[in-house]
Amino acid sequence: MFEKALKGNNNYWIWLAFLGAVMSIAGICYIRQFTTGLTLTGMSRDVSWGLYISQFTFLVGVAAGGVMLVLPYYIHNYKEFGRITILGEFLAIAALLMCLTFIMADLGQPLRALNVVFYAQPGSMLFYDMLVLNGYLGLNILCGWVILTAERKGTHPPKWIYFFVYLSIPFAVSIHTVTAMLYCGLPGRHFWLSAIVAPRFLASAFAAGPSLIVVIALILRRVANYDAGKKALDKMVTIIIYAAIINVFFVGLEFFVGFYSDIPGHKHTLQYLFFGLEHHGHVYDNLVPFMWGFVFLFVIGLTLISTPYFRNNKNDIWIGLGCASIFLSFWLDKGVGFVLGGFVPTPLEEVVEYYPPANEILITMGVWAMGAFIVTVLYKIAIGVEEEMEA
Amino acid sequence: MDKKRRDFLKIAGVSTLAGLGGTAVVDRLVSGTSPVQSEAAKHADNAQGGHDSHQEEAKSGNRYGMVIDLREFKKDPALGDKVVEVCNHTHNVPDFPKKKDEIKWVWLTGYENAFTEHSQNYKDQGTLDNEVLVMCNHCDNPPCVRACPTRATFKNADGIVAMDYHRCIGCRFCMAACPYGMRSFNWRDPRFALDMNKINKEFPTRMRGVVEKCNFCAERVGLGKQPACVEVCGSSKAIVFGNLNDPKSEIRKVLKENYTIQRKPSLGTHPSVFYIV
Repeated sequence: MFEKALKGNNNYWIWLAFLGAVMSIAGICYIRQFTTGLTLTGMSRDVSWGLYISQFTFLVGVAAGGVMLVLPYYIHNYKEFGRITILGEFLAIAALLMCLTFIMADLGQPLRALNVVFYAQPGSMLFYDMLVLNGYLGLNILCGWVILTAERKGTHPPKWIYFFVYLSIPFAVSIHTVTAMLYCGLPGRHFWLSAIVAPRFLASAFAAGPSLIVVIALILRRVANYDAGKKALDKMVTIIIYAAIINVFFVGLEFFVGFYSDIPGHKHTLQYLFFGLEHHGHVYDNLVPFMWGFVFLFVIGLTLISTPYFRNNKNDIWIGLGCASIFLSFWLDKGVGFVLGGFVPTPLEEVVEYYPPANEILITMGVWAMGAFIVTVLYKIAIGVEEEMEA
Repeated sequence: MDKKRRDFLKIAGVSTLAGLGGTAVVDRLVSGTSPVQSEAAKHADNAQGGHDSHQEEAKSGNRYGMVIDLREFKKDPALGDKVVEVCNHTHNVPDFPKKKDEIKWVWLTGYENAFTEHSQNYKDQGTLDNEVLVMCNHCDNPPCVRACPTRATFKNADGIVAMDYHRCIGCRFCMAACPYGMRSFNWRDPRFALDMNKINKEFPTRMRGVVEKCNFCAERVGLGKQPACVEVCGSSKAIVFGNLNDPKSEIRKVLKENYTIQRKPSLGTHPSVFYIV
């Protein structure tokens, strides 16, 4: 089926060439980092994880979000999602490959990565994260490919594949739960040490993942003449609304616990993220604009996708903008604030802020470009098969 | 399956079970305790040890610990820097000019930074004036070891939390897990910040991309020596090092005679480093 990806119009090739160029620049930056060390990032002994791990955390959510299509279609037999389920599965593949790439980019000794397998530690959450991420990746490749092949042949998918489809549902939940457990099981990091981290991650994932799919589906309608179906998109928007509200509700609960209990440790990171944290006469607030961006874009996005005027508007640009806002909003929340904020204040109650330099930002952009590249190629294949069937 | 074979399997299964159970019975007879007795003994232990029976249970073998007497460090203000210096030299800890690349094994910090849980608004000046020596606590229940996905950091039988620099993949999960902020990462090649003619050849330099921290001078303790920081304090007894599991050791004597505190005791990590303020 790969031949479908080799035929495309000029725009398709220009887009891939552009992504390839970004990836090449990032590749050069990574060679620099590989030979010099992670000193080329903004990380320090106080903020020991940066953009790579925060992107990883967010993208695990994007991968898990695909289950919001798989579950209604396969469990509740919601037929409208039949056409776009494959989009969720293929998006999950790309997101997971990005996750694994970000982890590799973050390792100080990437050539030793397999030590996680050779000296497997069942007590370490990273070990389980490796298991579920690779497991979920394998499941999505398998299910996506088998179902698409069957569709191409005009037959029903083989019965055995449904076992793996159903298995992929708890796996989707598990990848984000285990990723949350990387953080919420660490003593002494008050902001992360919260039982609501895993549910919050899931809620944000179930909004961000489908939002991206809606945006991509609307783009595909314009550039590839692909119709996801109005009913399907409308149902997805409903799912996004609920999940997005639940996510922000959970964030609000963190605020209540911190500020009503008035325990300093529970408030510090929230203060740092949203208002700036005063320490020895200096106010540290470099993440404040990002967090208010999160709030602002959430309000805009929710308004656009939930008020009847915009939602039922003939022009679907409003829905697209709304979903893009939600996606960006939750990226700011989880892909920037959550991980970076957790390091403030340090265990010695100092404040150290993190500023990623160009090399680190370019590598990060390169991995995003890689994800976009993979999504483009996989979607091209999926749409090519559908067109072939319709012809 | 024919009948004989089934019977054989049955007999084999039953005798294996009997064998397993049998050894358990023999063990109990030898040790002279029945399950009921051992349960009763545990309760007695609990009653003696108060709410913290955890420490009382792990008595066998060595568990190294350290008592740092901040009064001595106040008496001799130069001592703290001496300790830091000797540690850096002993372990070839590089000195990077940029704070972002910093690597620290032991250093001096403010009282409020070291003891974040001991907070109150009206501390006496004497307490606040303390410069506190901080280092890896070699916790009895170390979160860093739990987090490590490769066992590159591990707890020795003697209680020392050690690092295998050749196994570490540099994921820095242990740095996020350490509630004391005692771990450092080699963001760049440490050898560039070391005078290679002056390094201590007895201890390896590290490569870029791995985590490191205080190792309680495991390499010296193994040879029967005291940690370098203890040695440099000389007769002042500003730092006492020894086996916490030996009730007759000097460190236990010091702990018995002085009121000591630990960093962040509420986290249940059971640090092996104690402070006399």
